[in-house]
Parts: sequence; structure tokens; C-alpha cells
Amino acid sequence: MSKQFQFKLVLLGESAVGKSSLVLRFVKDQFDDYRESTIGAAFLTQTVTLEDQTTVKFEIWDTAGQERYKSLAPMYYRNANCAVVVYDITQTASLEKAKTWIRELQRQADPSIVIALCGNKLDLSARRQVTEEEASKYADEEGLLWSETSAKTGEGVNAIFNAIAKKLPLTAPPSARGARAAAPGTTRQNVDLNRQPTARGGEACNC
Amino acid sequence: MDEEYDVIVLGTGLTECILSGLLSVEGKKVLHMDRNDYYGGESASLNLTQFFRKFRPNQSPPTDLGRDRDYAVDLIPKFIIASGELVKILVHTDVLRYLEFKQIAGSFVYKNGKISKVPSTEVEAARSPLMGLFEKYRAKKFFEFLQGWKEEDPATHQGLNLDKDSMRKVYQHFGLEPGTQDFIGHALALYLDDDYINKPARSTYERIVLYTTSMARWGKSPYIYPLYGLGELPQSFARLSAIYGGTYMLDKPIDEIVLNKDGSFEGVRSGEETVRAKMVIGDPSYFGAGKEAEGGKLRVVEDGKVVRAICLLKHPIPGTEESDSVQIIIPQNQVNRRNDIYIAMVSSTHKVCADNIYVAIVSTIVETSAPENEIQPGLHLLGSIYDKFVTVSPIYTPVADGKQDHIYITRSYDATSHFETVVEDVFDVFKRVMGKDLELKKRESDVEQ
Repeated sequence: MSKQFQFKLVLLGESAVGKSSLVLRFVKDQFDDYRESTIGAAFLTQTVTLEDQTTVKFEIWDTAGQERYKSLAPMYYRNANCAVVVYDITQTASLEKAKTWIRELQRQADPSIVIALCGNKLDLSARRQVTEEEASKYADEEGLLWSETSAKTGEGVNAIFNAIAKKLPLTAPPSARGARAAAPGTTRQNVDLNRQPTARGGEACNC
Repeated sequence: MDEEYDVIVLGTGLTECILSGLLSVEGKKVLHMDRNDYYGGESASLNLTQFFRKFRPNQSPPTDLGRDRDYAVDLIPKFIIASGELVKILVHTDVLRYLEFKQIAGSFVYKNGKISKVPSTEVEAARSPLMGLFEKYRAKKFFEFLQGWKEEDPATHQGLNLDKDSMRKVYQHFGLEPGTQDFIGHALALYLDDDYINKPARSTYERIVLYTTSMARWGKSPYIYPLYGLGELPQSFARLSAIYGGTYMLDKPIDEIVLNKDGSFEGVRSGEETVRAKMVIGDPSYFGAGKEAEGGKLRVVEDGKVVRAICLLKHPIPGTEESDSVQIIIPQNQVNRRNDIYIAMVSSTHKVCADNIYVAIVSTIVETSAPENEIQPGLHLLGSIYDKFVTVSPIYTPVADGKQDHIYITRSYDATSHFETVVEDVFDVFKRVMGKDLELKKRESDVEQ
């Protein structure tokens, strides 16, 4: 039987660099030029199958716009196993912002987190402001995965999620952290509030 | 900020964040702001840097406390009652998916100078030193009466009427001693003072049932607690609000509540910017906090004070069976006070501090001009205290219901050991704002495959 792993993946990056579009392309293979942010979706999931038939299920958290005014809660990247930090290759400032997020992750997130730096809007490369050399050199120095993508055409999108899946530690048992929905057995120390009250509810006496 | 909103919410405490989440789900366009650069307001959990910045701005955290990021120190001590209203809201809004919980390991009560476990099973009850043999028998009759109570069956009422007879009369009916009354009223019904004794027994009955059903749910204590601290609760509801379109701005100074000619809410000014909305909801600190606010109006009044001492320990609390988390209640009669003293302790099991550190908060309602002395009986139980941070916080209550001027003000966090009164406030504000009762419907699963 093939093994399945589940991981929490968080998206980070400045507003309007295409974070949600990137995920929409990856999860539903869709793109919409004038897309409003998703209302009511806590997170999306998508599965990647590796060559050895191991499947990696991503629980993908979008910022829900909370990054816009520097108001992303620490809860957001708590227990994240991987992060895709997105910048827009046509906006130099967006790479600087991405670097800020990466520093924040290095400071606050789990030290084993896999971080991918992703230069989006490759379809607009005629207006490119961030060179491949500049971004890849930075990624190398920081030990990050790096690639360029176009959520619009789909170029490079699956590749970056596949690369993350390969880099995640698949030797350990499925992570109980972050992806708690996948591994109920590993969180039995904790209380599950979706569970129905036990039958002895009515008869217990504390005297 | 130049858009118009339905609701501006000020302060990201739990009350405000639950409201923000619920109103966003209802389709309201919400702008939520906080003057701090962190979520949670008075109900935040802070890392060491934030914690020292708040309490001792001139001192950096001692290095032997460990890593900054391991800490999430609560500012108010509260636990979640397992079968209480907050859990219902968490389940119904599906905010649970952002949180993990652990039990609080034990509930203790102070009697005659020492602490004993509040029994959670009949075996524990039989061994408990809290009551003598005959008193145990009488108490057993009392609890059998509570469990056997059926509204429609007068035979189960033993001639008592819960809506008319006082709790005093019920205690007398079973011949319970004052010490047992303290235990029942304070450690099970969780009353902070003895006013309940002269009131109809119904609410005491309901509170004991809540305690026992909560206890039965997980076993060790009636309480659960979110990993990484209570501050996770407001953050989770803020995310709920955001995924339903709510806009969040932290680190935003609020300089003025702008009123129109007839004194009704018009907008909020921050620096040069003014943002307008139909109404504002906020915690008392944004509305004068007991002093006159805009237009010379007093919007909130002080309704007592709570003293809280956040204590860092390097050992579990003595006499609690090395528990990683506990509640200890010191009933007022035991220490000649009007109000109980509470101790709430959590530790690294709950991911709120480094290993081998224990965070205990001792609190009570202030009765004298020397509040810190009042919590001495509680501090005394902790053993040696590594460090201590004391606050005295006024409890503010709004003077108006907000319907007139569209300014809806929430209540301060009170001295109770749980969130039930917070949820009452949420229901109350929601009803005033929306003109209808909050109906808790479970959301459709929104995880897209």
C-alpha cells in the first residue's frame, strides 16, 4: 500500500502578487483575471503523487487578506510544514517583501519548515524587474527552493509544489503537527471537541 | 481606508473577534482594528519580548527563561468549560479546525489551610478529605437529588421548588455543613461570592449540572485549554472573519471616534484618515475607559477591579500531584473575604512556556486599597516564585445599549474562571446589533477538495 502524508502549507507574500491564483491553478487548474479572494474557504487541499507512489496531501492556507495591513496572526504559520513565499517578477518591491516574510518564518516557524520562493507572473516577463539571477542567488544563500511560475498559463506551478513534496521529510511518520485532520491517531493526547459527549455524561457524580 | 463599512470593530479581544467572525459570516462588511501590533487585546497571549515590553519596558527577558517563541503568556486567567457555550460557538463556526486543545489536569479547592482535589469519581469522593463520613452521606443524597431531578416529575423534587426556594433552603434540606456549601457553591457552581445562597436555587442547579457534564466529558477536570495559549482563540475567530471578507488592521492608533451632529457614530479617525461605518463595536479601552469620551459623554463606568498576579514558577504547584495544569479555588469564607481567590496554572504541555516553567495566575476581585495583599493566600500556595507581574484592572461596563448612537461597547473580562460571561456578552451585543438572536448553525464543510 502506498504511503500518504499530509502537510500544512502556508502562502505568504505581498498583496496582488498572485498567491490565490497560484493555488487556484494548482488545485483546480483554473485562472481568472479579475478574481476576488475566496470567501469562506478556510483552506484548500491538493494531493501530489511522487514517483514511488507516495502521496503528499497539502492543506493549503491562504492569507485571507490578513497580510494586507501587516495583520497576519502568528496562528497562521504555526505548525506549518512548508511555505510558498510569492513575489511578482514585475515588481522589485515584492521581492523585498518576500524576504521580510522569509526572515519572519525563519524567526517564528518550525526550524524544519521547507520554504519555496516563487516568482510569479512569468507571462509578463516583458515587464520583468527581478532577474532570475538575483532571486535564485538569494534563494541559494538562504537554502530555499526557488522557481518562477505563471498562474495564468500554468507554467511551473505543479513543478514547485512537486519540488516541495520531494523535499519534505517523508521518512518520519505522517506529521501530526499542522495537518491534524489527517492523523487523528497521533493527536489522541488532545481532546477532540467534534466527538460526541461520552455516555457517562448523565450519571457522573462529583461528590 | 476610504471605503465604507457596515461595522468597525475596535480591539481584537476574544469578545470582539467572535463578534467580528459572526458578523462577517452574516454578510456584514467588517473593518477590524487594534492599536496593538498583536491580536488579543486584554485577552492576548504574549511571547516573552511582548510580555516584558508590556510589564517592564526597561528590562529584557532573563536568558534562563529560554526562547522567546516558546512563550504565550495569557494576560487573563480563564479556562474553557468543556460543555459550555464557548465550545458550542467553536463547534458551530468550525473555528475548531484552527485549534488544538488539552485538558486541564486537575481542579483543587482550598479548605482549612490546605488544598484537596475536587473529586471527579465516586472512588475519589469516598477518599476525599473534604468531608467527614456522615457529611459524605448527606452530600451523596444531595447529588442524587440533583441527578434525579426531572422537571415534570414532582416525586423527584422532594418538596423543593428550584424557582422559588433559595439555595440556602436546599442546603438546609440536606443538612449540609458550611464547608460543604463552600465547596459546592464555589468549586462546583463556580460562584465568586455567596450572594447566590439567598437566590432561587435554579441557577445553582444549572451550574452544577454544567460542571458535572463538563467533568464527565474528558475526565480529569471540567476544563480544556487551547495549545499555544488563550490568544489563539481571538486569532482563530479573526481568521474566520477574514475568510468571510473582514479586513484587519493591527498597530493602528485610534485617535477619535467621530460623531455626527446628533451625537451618533459616524466613523473612526486614525491620524489623518477617517473611515466611516454604520456602527462601531469595541472594547471599553477605546471609549474613554471610565473617563469622559468624545462629546463629554461618559460611555463606560467602572464596576470594580480585578487584581491578577502572573507568576512564573520553576516547579509545579506543591500539593497538586505534580499536575501540569490546575485550577485552585480558595472560597472566600476560607480566608475571610467576600470574593474567592482563583489560581490558574498552565505549563509547557500547553505550549505556553519553556520546559520546566509553570505559569500561574492568581486573581481576585479587589476589596481593599492594597490589592496585592489580598492575593497573598493564593501566592502562598505556589511555593517559591521565580518572578511575578501584578496588574490591577478596572472592569468596565457600558452605560448605554448602543441602539441610540450605534456605539456598541463590550464588557471587560471579569474575574470568573471561564468564558461563559464572555459568550453572554457576545450574544447580547449580537442581538442589539442585528436585531435578532444569534442562531448557531453548523457551517457547511468548506474544505474544497
